[in-house]
Amino acid sequence: MAILLIAEHDNAALKSATLSTVTAATQIGGDIDLLIVGSGCTAVADSAAKVPGVRKVLVADNAAYDHEIAENVADLIKGLASDYSHILSPATTNGKNFMPRVAALLDVGQISEIMSVESADTFKRPIYAGNAIATVQSLDAIKVITVRGTSFDPAAAEGGSASIETLSQVSDTGLSRLVSEELAKSDRPELTTAKVIVAGGRGMGDKAHFEMLDTLADKLGAAVGATRAAVDAGFVPNDYQIGQTGKVVAPELYIGVGLSGAIQHLAGMKDSKVIVAINKDEDAPIFQVADYGLVADLFEAVPELEKAL
Amino acid sequence: MKVLVTVKRVIDYNVKVRVKSDNTDVDLKNVKMAVNPFCEIAVEQAVRLKEAGKASEVIVVSMGPQNAQEQLRTALAMGADRAILVQSDDVLESLSVAKILAKIVEEEQPGLVIMGKQSIDTDNNQTGQMLAALTGMSQGTFISGLEVSDTEAQVVREIDGGLQTLAVKLPAVLTVDLRLNEPRYASLPNIMKAKKKPLETKSPADYGVEIKANTRLLKVEPPAERQAGIKVANVAELVEKLKNEAKVI
Repeated sequence: MAILLIAEHDNAALKSATLSTVTAATQIGGDIDLLIVGSGCTAVADSAAKVPGVRKVLVADNAAYDHEIAENVADLIKGLASDYSHILSPATTNGKNFMPRVAALLDVGQISEIMSVESADTFKRPIYAGNAIATVQSLDAIKVITVRGTSFDPAAAEGGSASIETLSQVSDTGLSRLVSEELAKSDRPELTTAKVIVAGGRGMGDKAHFEMLDTLADKLGAAVGATRAAVDAGFVPNDYQIGQTGKVVAPELYIGVGLSGAIQHLAGMKDSKVIVAINKDEDAPIFQVADYGLVADLFEAVPELEKAL
Repeated sequence: MKVLVTVKRVIDYNVKVRVKSDNTDVDLKNVKMAVNPFCEIAVEQAVRLKEAGKASEVIVVSMGPQNAQEQLRTALAMGADRAILVQSDDVLESLSVAKILAKIVEEEQPGLVIMGKQSIDTDNNQTGQMLAALTGMSQGTFISGLEVSDTEAQVVREIDGGLQTLAVKLPAVLTVDLRLNEPRYASLPNIMKAKKKPLETKSPADYGVEIKANTRLLKVEPPAERQAGIKVANVAELVEKLKNEAKVI
């Protein structure tokens, strides 16, 4: 058995989701090859080669793979697939974009967002927004799988010495091109890897009030997240959204402020180690999952909490 | 330009899901069913393209049991022109659905296929990308913005970390995210009119597609329940608990 693992990276370093996927691959068993695909991504290969347990790092560095355009990346992976029993990618928006395309090109199914490895062909994954957990066995010769990063501890980043191989073939379908990209710039940790998260809901009232959470987050070294309601109301950008259709997070400490705890939001955060809820409505469903609930007016409690830290 | 749009019959998103006691699946008996919310947004977008004069005809497709007709009628009432139901009581996995859709695309030659990015039952997020692969079409996934010209579509995609704008060549498969639009409610006259719109019933065999299982569902369980904790009286007690009991700050 051999596993091809498509790395998530930013052209400089591997993202932590890649290391979590390495852990899932190790549990499946077999040789692990890491594919770094992108444009100007060669620098990532050196750090990828240091991940213990990796046999080989494959590098596909070409303008055609800039921003991991799905049509081109899927074509490339299809060409490599015959050497592997499993193809894994983190369930990031990149992985979710190109992996089903890879699966269909190979005439196989995909198992999305696995949260545990039961055996080399059997996995657990959430369905119905995490309100049920399915155990699914793959019947395909090549198993195409995306991995939920928060369900697996990241593998060690240092200590290995894999060989690096540069791929010369280029897949350029010419179907799509990048027009622009607007990425949020922030000094705070990323939501999906943050140890502490402060999240706000509709109860924050408006955009200006949401900044209260920024101050609290900075004090805690936390990332800031939001519910869909807060994003839809325009308080914060879309990439803040935690939930069934947003990001799935599992920090050490999650502080939910002015949010009721709709099931779609709970689906994205209920694996957090410690959950704190601050809400003036004592019947809010968030209190049913919170370790520590504080029934209070958030506009008094949040500044007070910030001062007390 | 024709626009093909898909709808899936799923459990209504307000219904609390229960797992069957024998752990074979979730219990859908006597449960309210509805159009998958993402599919509703896809239908709305297709209808808006027609209203803007960009689409000539909106064809809505569903696959599943006979009563998926209800969801097709909903889409017709929202403004789709005609419907195709590919009827099957078998479990249709994403790849099989994509293969049937690829045949429909071949017959209908749409300029755009608009789909929900995922269904809220299996949460797979696969079928649109698979259809794009099988037809060799470009793909724009998780979109929250759309501009259509004669030869390409400019889509705004919701990605980790922000937004990305892509130009995808037509014909293309687009999968929609929640913020693309707010679907309309069908008016009573339109619901009545929808009853007279054409709805064709087909089978997977009509398209020469053999339904194949790519996976086997071994077990479905409820998630580990999280116990409610305690209520603290004030901020001081909260900080004390976080420091000394949970030891997370």
